[in-house]
Amino acid sequence: MVSESDALGRTPLYDLHVALGGKMVPFAGYDMPVQYPAGILTEHKHTRAAAGLFDVSHMGQVTLRGDDPAAALESLVPGDILGLEDMQMRYTQFTNDAGGILDDLMVTRRGDDLFLVVNAGCKKDDIAHMRSALAGRCEIETHDDRALVALQGPEAAAVLSRLAGESVTTMAFMSAADVTIDGIPCFVTRSGYTGEDGYEISCPGEAAEGLARRLLAEEEVEPIGLGARDSLRLEAGLCLYGHDIDTTTTPIEAALLWSIGKRRREEGGFPGDAVIQAQIRDGAPRRRVGIQPEGRAPAREHTAVHSPGGAAIGEGTSGGFGPCVGRPVAMGYVETAHAKAGTALELMVRGKALPAEVVKMPFQPQRYYRG
Amino acid sequence: MSDVKYTKEHEWLRIEGDVGTCGITDYAQDQLGDVVFVEVPDKGVSVEQNGEIAVVESVKAASEIYAPVAGEVVEGNPALADTPDLVNSDPEGAGWFFKIRISDASQLDGLMDEAAYKEYVESLG
Repeated sequence: MVSESDALGRTPLYDLHVALGGKMVPFAGYDMPVQYPAGILTEHKHTRAAAGLFDVSHMGQVTLRGDDPAAALESLVPGDILGLEDMQMRYTQFTNDAGGILDDLMVTRRGDDLFLVVNAGCKKDDIAHMRSALAGRCEIETHDDRALVALQGPEAAAVLSRLAGESVTTMAFMSAADVTIDGIPCFVTRSGYTGEDGYEISCPGEAAEGLARRLLAEEEVEPIGLGARDSLRLEAGLCLYGHDIDTTTTPIEAALLWSIGKRRREEGGFPGDAVIQAQIRDGAPRRRVGIQPEGRAPAREHTAVHSPGGAAIGEGTSGGFGPCVGRPVAMGYVETAHAKAGTALELMVRGKALPAEVVKMPFQPQRYYRG
Repeated sequence: MSDVKYTKEHEWLRIEGDVGTCGITDYAQDQLGDVVFVEVPDKGVSVEQNGEIAVVESVKAASEIYAPVAGEVVEGNPALADTPDLVNSDPEGAGWFFKIRISDASQLDGLMDEAAYKEYVESLG
């Protein structure tokens, strides 16, 4: 069957996905595996029980160089970038003048440079945005020739240490290191998108298949597709750009205040700072919350949220079945008056009002390495 | 002796007298992936042919189930409320959705028999 997938990009691991029986689907311009023969539920549970290997090479890897790339990047993001120690990593967002979110990203200080990982669907715009806004201050190098894989789960450290030495087991959460894995020079961060301990590994594209096959040869490791990546991050309470956050949501509404350092909250100096600082001071009109439906019916994205028997107060932005929670889970925005944990809600699913409740996230306890 | 008919929407209907038992085919459950929720109709619900009658949700998405024939629901499968994964493990057996009293047997003539359905699935590649 000929499809439009001929026009899609392929990561360096495309052939491996096909060889492993991956069900390939278009995602952010790439032909990516949504699942392997084991299926989404099994892949999800395996990641939380042992270790999963994810291809995230579609994401954008970018280096910023210049006299002071941290000061330059702070003009575009509310995160404390100047405060990053060498080989330390931080989560932040590109904001617009209204305080909305253009993309969310990871920033690592690497010597004199910054290393950024941005979303696949936004990378073209992000790079254009930086090239324009940081012209004369930073040189922006994209690493389209590199692959990125994530090794996630409680056995990730044991697996990686077998191939890369003991030092990876004591890397701090949200730190980076240059690591040789099975002879391949890699840039490794202790981070991920599942709520589990684990690593994200950047390597030369031509070495990616060998590295992935070597990791998959370890008995704890199974390949995991985008379907389980989504359900894992949902259980972990993590935002998906374009769904839970976008240009119409501010970091404060999105409950991402924790990602804005104290100095930046006071000084501002990023796009939309006036809006965001006012929301920090006075509160935001709505807030992203965890939503626990009472029954078994999943509440998908765009589900209308009502107060019990009453008016519309918000909308679901992500929702589905939480394989490890064992029931449906969701997140979405509600008016701030209804955002407190324990508040009763109704979800309008196929014309029926289904009872639900605001709950604290994550739905699954985070198990990051804390030393 | 029962007779099984199929629809292009990948439902099967096993006919015994004037009652048909309806579910989704093995091909359909494989396409859907892990089923996590099924909403079956209550007894007594009347439905037109091709009317929405049930919902099946997998980890990926929600899908509507359409009545292969018009009629009145005799029973919804109560087991699917707590064990929706029966749709994956035994789609053409214990994973049935509902039983319907067929109001117009002539509508059965428009459905596919097993051989025709097999050919149809093969044509989908």
